[in-house]
Formats: sequence, structure tokens, C-alpha cells
Amino acid sequence: MMATFTGNDTNMGAGLKRYPTKPLDCWKKAKELRQRYYEQYAAPGKLRWAGSAWALDPIPAGLGEDVVHLTGEPYAAAIAFNKDFAVRCQEAAEAHGWARDLCAYFRTYIGGMFLDEYAFGGKYPKPDFCFTGHICCTHGKWYELVSEYKKVPYVAIDVGVGASGDLNANKIDYVVNQAHEAIEYLSKATGREYRDDLLIEACKNLFRSTSTWAKVCCLNKNIPAPLDEKSMHSLYVLGTLDRTDKEFADFYDEVLEEVKDRVAQGIAAIPVERCRLMTDSQPPWYFLHFYRYLEQFGAVSVGSFYVNTLEGAWEDKPDGTWGARTTPMEKGIEIRTRDQALRLLAEWELSRPQWQTFYDPQLKTDLLIRMAKEWSLKGFILHYNRGCEGTSSGIAENRLGLMKAGIPVMTYEANMGDEREFDEPRTLARIDSFMESLGFPKQ
Amino acid sequence: MAVATSTIEKIKNVVQNRHQYAQDWQKKNGGKLLGVFCTYVPEEIAYAAGVLPVRLLGSHEPQDVTEPYLFGMFCPFSRDVLAQGLKGRFSYLNGIAVAHTCMHINQAFESWSLHLPVERSLFVSMPSKVQSPRALPLLTGQMGIFKSEIEEWTGNKISDADLDRAIDVYNTNRRLMWEVYATRKAENPPITGLETMYVALAQQMMDKEEHSQLLRELLEELKTRKLDRNTGARLMILGSEDDDTEFLKMVEAVGATIVTDDHCTGTRYFWNEVERSGGNRLEDLANRYINRTPCPNRDWPGRVRFPRVLEMAKDYGVQGAIIIQQKFCDPHEADIPSLTAFLKKNGIPTLFLEFDVTVPVGQFRIRVEAFLETIGQEDLF
Repeated sequence: MMATFTGNDTNMGAGLKRYPTKPLDCWKKAKELRQRYYEQYAAPGKLRWAGSAWALDPIPAGLGEDVVHLTGEPYAAAIAFNKDFAVRCQEAAEAHGWARDLCAYFRTYIGGMFLDEYAFGGKYPKPDFCFTGHICCTHGKWYELVSEYKKVPYVAIDVGVGASGDLNANKIDYVVNQAHEAIEYLSKATGREYRDDLLIEACKNLFRSTSTWAKVCCLNKNIPAPLDEKSMHSLYVLGTLDRTDKEFADFYDEVLEEVKDRVAQGIAAIPVERCRLMTDSQPPWYFLHFYRYLEQFGAVSVGSFYVNTLEGAWEDKPDGTWGARTTPMEKGIEIRTRDQALRLLAEWELSRPQWQTFYDPQLKTDLLIRMAKEWSLKGFILHYNRGCEGTSSGIAENRLGLMKAGIPVMTYEANMGDEREFDEPRTLARIDSFMESLGFPKQ
Repeated sequence: MAVATSTIEKIKNVVQNRHQYAQDWQKKNGGKLLGVFCTYVPEEIAYAAGVLPVRLLGSHEPQDVTEPYLFGMFCPFSRDVLAQGLKGRFSYLNGIAVAHTCMHINQAFESWSLHLPVERSLFVSMPSKVQSPRALPLLTGQMGIFKSEIEEWTGNKISDADLDRAIDVYNTNRRLMWEVYATRKAENPPITGLETMYVALAQQMMDKEEHSQLLRELLEELKTRKLDRNTGARLMILGSEDDDTEFLKMVEAVGATIVTDDHCTGTRYFWNEVERSGGNRLEDLANRYINRTPCPNRDWPGRVRFPRVLEMAKDYGVQGAIIIQQKFCDPHEADIPSLTAFLKKNGIPTLFLEFDVTVPVGQFRIRVEAFLETIGQEDLF
């Protein structure tokens, strides 16, 4: 929830321009949607699947209108807020023999499964099957373990076929054909007749959600920024929960309209915006107050590579800027068949900016430099995230690349889901030094 | 005392002077040298173009040169490999190649490409879902792309005959390695695990024809070789990459013999051969890389690796397994609890040891000795 400043904030010096601020109107609905998502997963009588937020999630949607799912990464991030439960989960995973340096989300998730506790009350709801996409070293193994432990069917789709610039028909066929196989497997495993109309609808909602989220992020190119990264976390997460749901896609349309209105009225995320920054990687979820700490310097994080691109779909626009990807529907493409839907889905997903970083750090460095320019940034704060090898892949090279481009950058080491690996005073001291080096001492 | 075998000394000499070997090969043959980061690179194709693939390994020395390029939470092997490049030890390489495998070694490759001068950096898009029939057409296509890139880089067109010859050379070499390994099934193996590690490492650095010649000589010697040592407990080593000769030396000095292995610089490099179908050679090659014992990050949704490890353990009369885990290696770490449970259920106890660039041999010795006691090597009563 964003603070409302009354103008009596003595942190900021006199003479600084002050923007009006106000809480987001959509905030309440965002919380409701999220809560409902987790409650309906646990409710009996539905067809449940567990898998990655990076799974090609329209696929299981075709199994029926009662399909619900639990995406592991945001679920584990939610646990990370609850420090006591998070530590118990991680210790449970370690007690079962899983190494402490494994993906923090994986450890938290399986720990909760071993404890048989659900973060939203009651026991860990057993999935009917597991379904995931595999791109980092962990995803395929994660749900292999869940499926073995819970003795449920499992199918995964390998989407690690290389950077989007190297895509060819062979690679798209590989992903699409795996998707066809997965549909046959899941139909057999669940005894359900597959509905292509539901698949197509889910694909359309996904294209819409991810494109609209990118549009929301683009509005933060405005000065002052209408949103700050902390608020964006509460909104982007809905895309990681269920991008295929019509209500979620419609909600993003509402968010877009509200944020456009904020821009039109000059409503800012923070009242004194002297310094615009961005971060990268998942933040340490137990350390989100650091965004408020930045306000003491008149600094605002207006997004991050992670928040903007994890569930945002992007493309080069005719004016040379980076903007929201045009959906197939906006191009006038009518999706009629299963194969057509799967091909559009594969190509859409394989072009995600977040996935390019798995292959070549220079691709991400180039995007970071572009974001610095288009979002009018003074610098980057890079989280060397010990909890995620995926988002940390190439991050040291990104740092060097930003420095070479003359963009100030600071780094700090932490773990998105494991607070035991975080030194808050040291990190705050690094932020103090960085902000001072940028010419924005604490007010 | 073991009968000195000059062949093992020759092999050890190659490993210890790997850089000189590669440069001498280039002077003699004129071909290019390709640094290879992972065993999923289809070396046969490069070899067919007159290129010598050279496996990149670390030096097991503490280093601080990789910190600016590679975040410290990635595996020590990938950082040690990159360190060798940054220190100029592989400056003679003409190109480098990696297959899409783990994120750790891929980053070492990317940083090497960014910062070190090489004529070409080649990336093979290796599928992860090798259990899907869809993997074969993908990899066959990627083999074709790799072939074109090698041809373009070297200026040498690879004919069918070139590819046939390369596949034959590699297959012959693999079969000779099986024969060497097979000698370790004996009650008293004529070759130690340490010596075999040198043989396996040399295989990855040498021209396969030259290595095969050494293997033939070695096999002759092994027919009559008797080691003046107790075999002790028969162990296997399991893990990701392992070329820590000091560790193996210690294990085999305290009452054990490593009789086989499943790891990246051991049997996983050579165990499967290319089966010729008489049809598409690239498809035959792709089949080989798809069906080899998988790296754990390819071993899903079902487990192929575990039954193969067990089969090997039974075949070699293994009494216990040492799991050598490179710290931070996610794919192998994700398997370890399941693997140890599987092996225990099948009567194979395990010892888990976490490896870094250097290892605490003294502390590990205590643990290995305790492990040997638990598997009944010493008659306590």
C-alpha cells in the first residue's frame, strides 16, 4: 500500500518539487483476486495442477472449466513474507537432504510439502498432476520430485531452445510438438476430453495480460512515475498466478486505465522524485521496505528488468522505443485451431525478454541500457540473488556492461527467499554510499 | 609395488602437460583447436573437419580473477574453467564450443566469448527433454547447423566420408575405454581408479586416434599387470564434474579402490557409442547424445540415470558410492536425496562430499575412513 504524504514530510528539503500522491484504487481488488486464487486452489472438487509460473499454462486450461493451479514461484515468494514459516520450510527441505544453495523457491515449496502445510491455511493441497516448463536447471527437477512424492502424473515442456533471435522452424516445432504430446498425456491422465475452445481462450487471455502489463510498465516512463516498483510487485504477481484467466486479464485493463489517469493528473508514486532507478532480479521478499528507504533520498525505483519482463510481452515499436507487444488479436489474427494456438503461444513465450538472459548476458545488458534511456534512469541496483540462478545468470556481466555504458550501478548480495543469507545493515550502508555517489544524500 | 607401466606414465604426462600436447598437435597436424566446455558438444563433427576438441578443465588452484565476470554462487568448476581462460592458459585455442546444458558452464562460456579473443564461439542448442521423441528432430537439425558453422569456420567441407571416419575413430576409442573399464570388474583390478581417471582425462584432451593407440598398449600391459596393493572396498564415484586426482589418491590409499564411476569427466563422456543406422549420419549422432546417460538436468520426467547407475554398480561389484558434489551445482544437488535413497534401497551405501576448487583432503580422509568402516571393510570383531 502506498503511503499518502500530507506535505508534512520533514525528510525532504525545502524547495524540492512535490508531486501529489494517492493510493491505488485497484489495490483492494488486486488483493481479493490473489486471495481468491489461493483459496480456490485448496477448495475441493476442482482439477488441480502444480507447476511453474513459466509453464505454458493455457495447455491445462483446455481440460475443463474447473481447472485450478498453484504456480510454485509466487507461492514460495508469498511464504517468504512469513519469516517463521519460510524458515521452517527451508529447514524441512534441508532435513530431507536438499542442499541449502538450491533455488530458494524450490526449497521453500518442497519444505512446505514435506511439512504438509499450506501457506493459506490447512494442509498442502495435493495436485492431481504436475505440469511445468523447463528452462533453468531446476524447473524440470522440481516437479519431478513433487510428482514422485505425491505419486501423481507429470509432464514438462522444454522451452530452453535458445535466444529468440536464433529461433527457427525446427525449434518452434520442438516446443509445439511437445505441447501436443502434453495435451494427449494430460487428457489420458485425467480422463478428460480436451477442449480446444478453452485452450484458445486461455491463449488470448495470456496474450492480453502480458501485453497489457507491458503497457502499464511503459507508463512509468513518464515523469513523475505513477507507480513505484514496490506497488508494481503487488500487481505484476497476478500475471504469475494466472495470466490465462479472463478476470485477471480484465483486471490489468482496469489497472492500465487507472495508471493512465494518474499520468494525466500528474499523480506520482512518491512525492519527491529526484532520482529514478531500477533494480533487477526478484527482490529479497522480506526486504521490501527498502523501496521506502529509497524515498529518504528522493529516489524511486520505477520498475525492474524482472518486474517488467517476467510476465510482460515486449517488442520494438515503429518509433524505436521498447513497448508492449501487439497481440495476435490486435493484428487481426483469428485463432481457430489447436495447432495454431500452440504455435502462437510458443512463439510468444519464447520471445520473452526474461528468457533471453539464459543464453547471452549481452542481450540483457543491451535491454538494461535501453531501459535506462527510455525510463530516464540515474542508475541500477542489481540484486546478486543467491536464491535464483536464472535471474542471476550473467548478472556480473550485466554490471560490467552497464558500467561500460556509463550507467551507475550498485550491487548487493542476498537471497530472494532465504533471509538467513541477508545482511540488512550492510546492504543499507551500500545504498547510502550509492545514493551519495549519485549526488542524492539522505535528506 | 605396482609394476611400472610406461603407458600410464605417458598418459599421465599428457594430462599434466595438456597445453603443450594441444599445441604440439596443432604444429604437427595444422588443424584448429576447439575448447569444449561440456560433454554434450558433438565432437565428432569438429573432428571430421580436422579440428581437435580439447576439454576445458580447471586447475584446482584458488583464484580471484573470475569475480568480476561470474557471480560466486555459480559452481566452482565453471569458475575454475573461466579462470584458466582469463589467466591465458588456453590462449592457443582457436575456438570454443558449448552445448545448452547447465546455466553455470554456459555462463563461463559466455564470459569467455565476451572477454577472450577466439575466432569462433559455437553454441549447440541441445534439448533438455531427451525423453521426448521430439528431441531427435530438434537435435538432428542443430547438428546440421553446428556442421555448417564448423565448415564455415575451418574452411573445410565435411563430407560423408569425413563424418564416417570421425564417428569410427570416436566409437573405436569408446570401445577401447570400455575394455579398460572392464578390467576393473576383476576381483583385483590391474588398474587403480586414479590411473583410470588419468586415462579418462587424457581421452578428452587428445586426438582420439593417438589415445586409442595408447589404450591398445595399455590393454596389453594390463593383461599381466598385478598391483601390489589390496583392492579393499570396491567403490564408485558419482557426481557432476570430477577430475580431483588428489582426492582419488587419498581414497585409494586408505583401503579402497574406485572401480567405476558416473560423472561428467568419467563414463558419461564415452559410455555410449554412435549406432549406425545406415541412414542420416547426423541423426545417428543426435541419437547418441540423446540416449547417453543423461546429466540430471536432462533426466526428467522419468529417471533414466538412476537405474543405469545401479546397473553399473552391480556390474562392477560396487560396495559403496562416494557422491562428489560440486558446490552450487543445482541439477546434481536436486537429485542427491533421491539418488542416495534409491541406492540405499538397493544395498549400496553412499558418502556425500561437497567439493570446491580445492578440497580438504585431511577432513575428507577421516570421513572416507569412517565410511569404509561402516561398509564393513574392517573386521571389527
